[in-house]
Amino acid sequence: MRHIISLQLENESGALSRVAGLFSARGFNIESLTVAPTNDETLSRMTIVSIGDDDIIEQIVKQLDKLIDVVRVTNLTATEHIERELVLVKIDVNPSSQAEIDKHIDEYGGKIVDVSEDTYTVEVAGKSQRVNDFLVSIDASKILEVSRTGVTGVCQKREY
Amino acid sequence: MKLNGAQILVNSLKSEGIDHIFGYPGGAVLHIYDALNVCDEIKHILVRHEQGAVHAADGYARVSGKCGVALVTSGPGLTNAVTGIATAYMDSIPMVVISGQVSSAVIGNDAFQEVDAVGITRSCVKHNFLVTDINDLANVVKKAFHIATTGRPGPVLIDITKDTTIIEREFAGYPESINMRSYQPEIKVEADQITKAVALITQAKKPIIYSGGGSVIGNADKILRLFTRHTGFPITQTLMGLGAYPASDKQALGMLGMHGTYEANMAMHDSDCIIAVGARFDDRITGNLDKFCPYAKIIHIDIDPSSVGKTVGVDVPIIGQVNDALSALMQALKGKELADISQWWAQIETWRSVDSMAYKTKAGVIKPQSVIEALYEVTKGEAIVTSDVGQHQMWAAQYYPFDKPRRWINSGGLGTMGFGLPAAMGAKLAAPEMDVACVTGEGSIQMMLQELSTMLQYNTPVKIINLNNGYLGMVRQWQEFFYDKRYSMSYMDALPDFVKLAESYGHIGIKVEKEADLKPALIEAFKQKDKTVFLDILTDPSENVFPMIPSGAGHHEMLLAGRDEMASTNDEGLNLV
Repeated sequence: MRHIISLQLENESGALSRVAGLFSARGFNIESLTVAPTNDETLSRMTIVSIGDDDIIEQIVKQLDKLIDVVRVTNLTATEHIERELVLVKIDVNPSSQAEIDKHIDEYGGKIVDVSEDTYTVEVAGKSQRVNDFLVSIDASKILEVSRTGVTGVCQKREY
Repeated sequence: MKLNGAQILVNSLKSEGIDHIFGYPGGAVLHIYDALNVCDEIKHILVRHEQGAVHAADGYARVSGKCGVALVTSGPGLTNAVTGIATAYMDSIPMVVISGQVSSAVIGNDAFQEVDAVGITRSCVKHNFLVTDINDLANVVKKAFHIATTGRPGPVLIDITKDTTIIEREFAGYPESINMRSYQPEIKVEADQITKAVALITQAKKPIIYSGGGSVIGNADKILRLFTRHTGFPITQTLMGLGAYPASDKQALGMLGMHGTYEANMAMHDSDCIIAVGARFDDRITGNLDKFCPYAKIIHIDIDPSSVGKTVGVDVPIIGQVNDALSALMQALKGKELADISQWWAQIETWRSVDSMAYKTKAGVIKPQSVIEALYEVTKGEAIVTSDVGQHQMWAAQYYPFDKPRRWINSGGLGTMGFGLPAAMGAKLAAPEMDVACVTGEGSIQMMLQELSTMLQYNTPVKIINLNNGYLGMVRQWQEFFYDKRYSMSYMDALPDFVKLAESYGHIGIKVEKEADLKPALIEAFKQKDKTVFLDILTDPSENVFPMIPSGAGHHEMLLAGRDEMASTNDEGLNLV
């Protein structure tokens, strides 16, 4: 099963490699990993998507918690949460395909953030599944480049 | 007071109460050595190889219960230390390793003797630090000792750039305490879990206590004894746990696992309630997980939550220090009746009567088991015994019953050949009044021979018991069993004359070739209180370690000496090491 694990960790050099190293050393799988500082500049927020059965996910959470730099670990999937991912897609556009592509962008609430003579750069945000669906909706031969941020998320409760 | 970084470091170590450092100098740590040179409170032991420094600090820590400290230079100094660090990590030994690093200005430029120390050691330390700012130094040292010695202990590396050791700063003093929001090692035992555990314990008809290294590291031997006596339950101990409960006691079933006793493994297999105390269900203990303890409810006490449920599902996890957990259990058991387990004991006695540790003697050859038995006799069971890794390690664990903790010092987790000799040196420095024996083999001893020189320089008299069978015995045993006797590279030709070798290092060497000479030689060796004695004992080259659970088998599928001379395994078993 797919799990979203959210970490708060000390914003120190090497903290990211400790987490990444843990996953590779113990053979845990990472689907995506995002990291950035939070409103407290001494803390970073890291969001990891991993796929595994419950035992594996429990081990991942425990092993992460054991890392000295990790302040807090939450398995977002185990609680009410919001997840978002953003994708930038560069799409080949010509007069014959433009209408079709515009329709899909509209349908997924996408934004055209850059236009050149024969390309669009489109931004779509939402749950990962929505991003997947959008990408599938576009004729694969027209997709020139895809850059996804990976998932970030928060727990819905005020305090958790 | 203005001090340079090196002086701040040495001051910090003094404040931590460090009295011994094991190390080796080099370019990046010259300032640190300069500061150490004028420090009378800390004795520096100059080893001959950095791996030896870390193993010696490790042995010192295991015997004394204090934090071991090693100091090495950058580059090869650090890479040589890595095996020692990984050894300490696998066995949860409190240790701080300080390594020099090239100057901040050249870091990342592939400078002379530069390696990414923090990167290389990341997966084999509890935590590590790179210090590039002198203002952080004292705090980092404080944090390092705090992390190394609390919770589940482990090695912490402090990598210090050379410029940090040179710059001068006003030094306000070593911090008295440290608070880290991301590291809260004190875990209180949950009352709910104790209640659940008591319910299982009181109903258990076939209970067994399975105690591991956590009982030794957590200094829980006294409470473990009380708990075991109070419940009347049988107890088995892991290789790392030996000594926490007296092996000579009638409730003790001996070691469990791959080379454990028949009674211990059969009792584990048939048990309905296992109380795991500071043990981690590793593969040498469990054998085939599918066949592991099929009837038991499992209570697992451990300070490290990630140890719980890692390989084996647990019914009642109790997270906390062994001392706290067992005290809480004792308290909760007061006035409670336990189930009658006399039938269980009767069953255990029938297993015990199999006498699985019996071995056949052969005229004209020295059996390695008999050497350990003689060692036990001559030292009256009161020595500290370190070991290397291989058959001799198993025989030492099997035939030297330890009645006290911190007497049996071996590399259980990583299985590091070369550990025994430097660990013995560290052990002797930690307990100068005790006899220290290093049980080794001609393979292992040659991995750290150079430390014989250090042992002369610092007068750390140790008795080296070299079980010399001319083979890498454990490799040979597996090749005999599982590779149709194809002895690939397990025979050691061109061995040195160990007697002359010991003598050339300034020690005493004695060769023992006949059974009759064995005990007199041991007595003579231990009479030499102030000398290191190398006993080169020629033992039966064909002897195998029994009993044995072959890889892939369950606890109830043990092979016994004299009854099952040949073991076999399956593909699944061969995949395990």
